[in-house]
Amino acid sequence: MVDTHISISHVGMVFRSSGGDVVALDDIQCDVPRGEFVCLLGPSGCGKSTLLNAIAGFARPTSGTITVDGRLISAPGPDRGMVFQEYALFPWMNVERNIAFGLDIKGIAADQKQAVVDRLLDKLGLSDFRDRFPRDLSGGMRQRVAIARVLALDPPLMLMDEPFGALDALTRRSLQTELLRIWTEDRKTIVFVTHSIEEAIYLADRIVVMTYRPGTIKRDLVVDLPRPRDPASPAFNDLKRDLAELVMAEQERSSDAERRAAAVD
Amino acid sequence: MTRLSSVLRGAIMPVLVVIIWEILSRAGVFSAAFLPSPLAVAARWVQAMQPLQPFNPSESSYLVWLVSGEFPHDAAASLSRVLSGFAIGAGLALPLGLLMGTSQRIYTLMNPLVQILRPIPPIAYIPLAIVWFGLGNAPALFLIALGSFFPVLVNTIAGVRQVDSIYLRAARNLGASSMTIFRRVILPASSPFILAGARIGIGTAFIVVIVAEMIAVSDGLGYRILEAREYLWSDKIIAGMLTIGALGLLIDTFASRLNDYLLRWHRGIGT
Repeated sequence: MVDTHISISHVGMVFRSSGGDVVALDDIQCDVPRGEFVCLLGPSGCGKSTLLNAIAGFARPTSGTITVDGRLISAPGPDRGMVFQEYALFPWMNVERNIAFGLDIKGIAADQKQAVVDRLLDKLGLSDFRDRFPRDLSGGMRQRVAIARVLALDPPLMLMDEPFGALDALTRRSLQTELLRIWTEDRKTIVFVTHSIEEAIYLADRIVVMTYRPGTIKRDLVVDLPRPRDPASPAFNDLKRDLAELVMAEQERSSDAERRAAAVD
Repeated sequence: MTRLSSVLRGAIMPVLVVIIWEILSRAGVFSAAFLPSPLAVAARWVQAMQPLQPFNPSESSYLVWLVSGEFPHDAAASLSRVLSGFAIGAGLALPLGLLMGTSQRIYTLMNPLVQILRPIPPIAYIPLAIVWFGLGNAPALFLIALGSFFPVLVNTIAGVRQVDSIYLRAARNLGASSMTIFRRVILPASSPFILAGARIGIGTAFIVVIVAEMIAVSDGLGYRILEAREYLWSDKIIAGMLTIGALGLLIDTFASRLNDYLLRWHRGIGT
């Protein structure tokens, strides 16, 4: 029997705006087993971040339900650690304080807290930066701190919203590899939003391709390639070609809609 | 070397002005009452800075004696008024600003009143302050508190309102309660604005203290230069003005250093 971690059932999300209602999500149906690495893939505006925010508890679905470990999601919580594209580190706290923030809130004893922070600094190669403030770190280092901040609470589920989207290609690859290493060690469930096809194939057990408005699931496929995956291999590229076709079709629809909206203005 | 030469170059104009001023005074172009010579001003300043009594160890410590002169005493009086008035004004403005910044309801309720009262210069409250508080320290403190109140209030509201919602989302995601978010996220995130408001507020307080001292009290640098006018001691007026300038510079330098230290995360290393 499959151990279902996240259960998304008939989820719809409608945003009211002056130009009429926007259906961001329509009847999303998806179960994520524990320990799976899932990528939500699609062009911007396809509702993948909206779905992630709903799982995080930042936005309540207009219809349908999301349960995590059988419990209905109605508010954000530390059991679903979120990593943002904009890092969202607290700029007034140094690296160490940022990582310890969640532990402070939980009221963990100081020595225990220090042990966790030290372990994570070491794990993410941040030990030399512990006293630095975020603004003195590169984007890659900032995102490492953000990941450590989430890992400090050891959440069973990690939600990642285009976390490497703002990084250069080389930093991106090294963080992807590092994330896979961490995931292999802890086997947390990861829901990872991206618009990069290659990133999705490189990382995920399973890729969920979403459609542009209304956001629905276009394709739900298992990536059956052995890790570490070689982006130059024929199998990788076959899959990349197939996915590119699916995603580009949605990208076309997104640009068409934009052009129509511009014409109306 | 370049530093020394830039200091020297910067000194050219002030030194030139003083020399021309001295020459004109000696030539008798201005009367001593109208514009005393720089040397006369300097002599007055030295005199007013010196202790009135000879040092007596049984009466006071050396440090207290050293600042027992007329100007040091007045400077201390002015400074203590600025600090206590600012503490009252900022102490009231900060909580109100935080409330107005976080709660839209309180903001809607209070903002019209704030907008009506804010453009009235604190100096315009002088007649009312005397009617309410009489003469003495009370009306002075009232005016100084008023002068620092609005800059701190307005900046605190703006500071809280500009806090990026991504920090709030990150904090909630990590399990923070509303109280924790307020204390550990909203407060530090708005601190650059609040501290900028405090610096403006203390500057306003310093302007107001000089005016208030001319009206309600019998010490302080503002009182001292108005008193000197009664006797047409123009050298003392100018010496007092220079002391006011020095004290203002001291306050602002201190406020700016404190700002830089508290906001070192905001500016980055070495800037």
